[in-house]
Amino acid sequence: MYDFTYQRAVSVDDAAAKVEGADDAMLMAGGMTLLPTLKQRLAQPSDVVDLSGISGLAGISVEGDKVVVGAMTTHATVAASADVKSKIPALADLADGIGDPQVRNRGTIGGSIANNDPAADYPSACVGLGATIVTNQREIAADDFFTGLFETALDDGEVVTAVKFPTPSKAAYMKFPNPASRYAIVGVFVAQGSDGVRVAVTGAGQDGVFRASEMESALASNFSADAVANISVPEGDLNYDIHASSEYRAHLVTVMAKRAVNKAG
Amino acid sequence: MTHSVSMTVNGKSVSGEVESRTLLVQFLREHLRLTGTHVGCDTSQCGACVVHKDGQSIKSCTILAAQCDGADVTTIEGLADGDTLHPMQEAFRENHGLQCGFCTPGMVMSALDLVKNNPDPSEKEIREWLEGNICRCTGYHNIVKSIKAGAGSMR
Repeated sequence: MYDFTYQRAVSVDDAAAKVEGADDAMLMAGGMTLLPTLKQRLAQPSDVVDLSGISGLAGISVEGDKVVVGAMTTHATVAASADVKSKIPALADLADGIGDPQVRNRGTIGGSIANNDPAADYPSACVGLGATIVTNQREIAADDFFTGLFETALDDGEVVTAVKFPTPSKAAYMKFPNPASRYAIVGVFVAQGSDGVRVAVTGAGQDGVFRASEMESALASNFSADAVANISVPEGDLNYDIHASSEYRAHLVTVMAKRAVNKAG
Repeated sequence: MTHSVSMTVNGKSVSGEVESRTLLVQFLREHLRLTGTHVGCDTSQCGACVVHKDGQSIKSCTILAAQCDGADVTTIEGLADGDTLHPMQEAFRENHGLQCGFCTPGMVMSALDLVKNNPDPSEKEIREWLEGNICRCTGYHNIVKSIKAGAGSMR
């Protein structure tokens, strides 16, 4: 690791000020991506601003028909939450499948979405459920938040504070995990809610998470696995690597979508 | 930049000066000479470095020592009572839950976090829980058997 200056923020405003005052600071939530990135010398920030000492950023609450998850809430907490399990079991299920138990004990929802890894799980839940991302400056619809590979709508010094998930009438997430890292080679989040059916795909797209609109309209008129069985996403827009070709990823999107629809019931 | 850190490790108060980039595992091994916690992959995959921080299992190669200021840390050295092994360690010995032994400290620390929340885990639950612990000797059968036995003697 290149050296940097570690700073512990005591409040969100303090974190933003510390970023503002440094040459090239990075925010650290759980550090499950940032620390491995630093160890591989893929990033060289002047400062690392730790958000873990800020009180009030972790925790889950139910507000009307929304489940609000604080940005520093760990995957393990989401997976074990009685509120999440009763309101949005698909979200608890997704959190329970991220990485491994030790990663789930440290990794956070805010860190995951701010990083926007194209193979991360949470972006698909945010887009699939039509969530709202709350920051220290504004609220951003998930559809507008994830803007590309490791890119988000966040400005410098803007800190994610919470994610608000509307409660769907039904939802499910299915992923084909990389057997070593448990990142999604393809993951599909399907939800039926008050604004219709959403199908969000992670792991596959060259620009990160995307909505499979043809599948959404098919499911809106007939919510069954048969409705999506013959729909495939264009493979030209998909990632390829040593684990899976674009063609195979396109195939997996349809398979995972069918399984997710079946699981949602 | 250096930081003064103080934490409780295996019930004892310790402190030291660390760089911003010093990892918890480096602090444990190089500053405190607690070399029972191993570094296998150094990429957060293998789990040889698992310790408990504030009651939860974590990978000590993927957390900064500076982040652990004020924390309560338990390593493999903190389990035995003098010459009497912890029941989970004893179960690994009885069931030959190791071959080369390199992954064992992480396996034991990870197993204890499982058993804390699930005192009678099934074989499937143990195997799923061990997703973050790799045994390069592939000695998983006896590791799973050891954890089942260890959980039994802890109940």
